[in-house]
Amino acid sequence: MPLILISIILGPLGNVFLGKGMKSVGPVTSARIMDLLPIISRVLTSEYIWLGIVCLMGFFVCHMLLLTWADYSYVQPATSLSYLSIAILSYLVLGEMISPLRWLGVTVICVGVLLVGRTSPSTSEAPEHA
Amino acid sequence: MREMVLFFLIVVAGTAGELSVSRAMKSVGEVHDFRPKSILRFVLQSFRLRWMWVGTALMSLAFFSLLAILSFRQVSFVVPISALSYVAGAFGAKLFLRERISRNRWIGIAIVCLGVTIVWWTRG
Repeated sequence: MPLILISIILGPLGNVFLGKGMKSVGPVTSARIMDLLPIISRVLTSEYIWLGIVCLMGFFVCHMLLLTWADYSYVQPATSLSYLSIAILSYLVLGEMISPLRWLGVTVICVGVLLVGRTSPSTSEAPEHA
Repeated sequence: MREMVLFFLIVVAGTAGELSVSRAMKSVGEVHDFRPKSILRFVLQSFRLRWMWVGTALMSLAFFSLLAILSFRQVSFVVPISALSYVAGAFGAKLFLRERISRNRWIGIAIVCLGVTIVWWTRG
């Protein structure tokens, strides 16, 4: 359970930092390698990107440890209450203006996620013979 | 169109990557010892598995797509849309890992889709 809580905070925080970093890098509008090279170098030198990556790596390790004892289709929903925390964090940290309609959508996603999460941790089919 | 391709990569490559990692984790076995040394050994052990590398490659692709889309879209828009990975995850877990998906979970997944649709309307 503590692992799930840690991943609910670390994952969204990582995404918020990535968002902040990428906004400072500038819009990626081309897929041509020559246009991407200067962007890649700006990405690699952005401290916010690295901060985000560290958060996401912490999240990834928690996630892997969880997956050793619980099935994927249980872990994914349980850690994904983070959709509410991502909205709150982007509002607080990035100052993103979130319209009432978007809050509604995020809340609906969380309701769906809660419903999905209320299932047993192990969902693999049991062996048919005793 | 560019946005659609990026979202597709985030959702499909990301989910396929997680499924591959999950498959690798199942063969590593349950972890109940959280001392740093044991965790390091566990990480090194996982990277000896082919599925771990496949998963990592796919998740990297999803990650770079996420970075690209975050450069011109709000975090509070992009991340909720990527909740579509539930749909991909349910189908993938059913087909690829042979997990059983209950009726309640399908209902939850349908509600997630509704929420994603509402957030998509706020694209602006």
